Amino acid sequence: MSSASSGRAHSPLHTYLICAAAWAVPGAGHLWLGRHQKGIVFLFALPLMFACGLWLEGRLFPFEPSQPLVALAAFADVGVGLPYVAAQAAGAGAGRVIAATFEYGNAFLIVAGLLNMLVVLDAFDTAQGRK
Amino acid sequence: MTTHLGIMVLFALFVSVVFGVLMRDEPRDQVALGLRLFGVLVVGGVLAGWLLYPLPL
Repeated sequence: MSSASSGRAHSPLHTYLICAAAWAVPGAGHLWLGRHQKGIVFLFALPLMFACGLWLEGRLFPFEPSQPLVALAAFADVGVGLPYVAAQAAGAGAGRVIAATFEYGNAFLIVAGLLNMLVVLDAFDTAQGRK
Repeated sequence: MTTHLGIMVLFALFVSVVFGVLMRDEPRDQVALGLRLFGVLVVGGVLAGWLLYPLPL
């Protein structure tokens, strides 16, 4: 795949801005770097996976330091960026524990966030000229 | 769609699409890796389900 920026290292500030954009909007970092095909796939796949998690009645976990596993799940949830903020603002993601799909929904929400973190790392490597 | 199998297939689809695109640069390679991952996830999930089936809960 050809890229306008492949192999060229960006300045540290530019790299961090790209990572921030990649976190906030899944795929935005790759789009910024000229990797349009990858960026478009991430732009659709990750928010859709997150939306499926909400549809399956998963929960957006709160940051509770007293419960380390819950805090880790919350950290993973935040990884998806603005879709998380939008869901919180809309009051979605309360989770319904008695729903048969509750744990599946949690898995979708958490994995969508973790996958976006990998996407951010990939954008970082690309911006550094390593890929 | 909200059967255990349906949700597992949907999950495998998202994960394999993202990993396939993330780990490869050429579209042909992306599709090949994505299909392989999807197969491994679905078949592995069904196999793991049957292996766990005899265990008492």
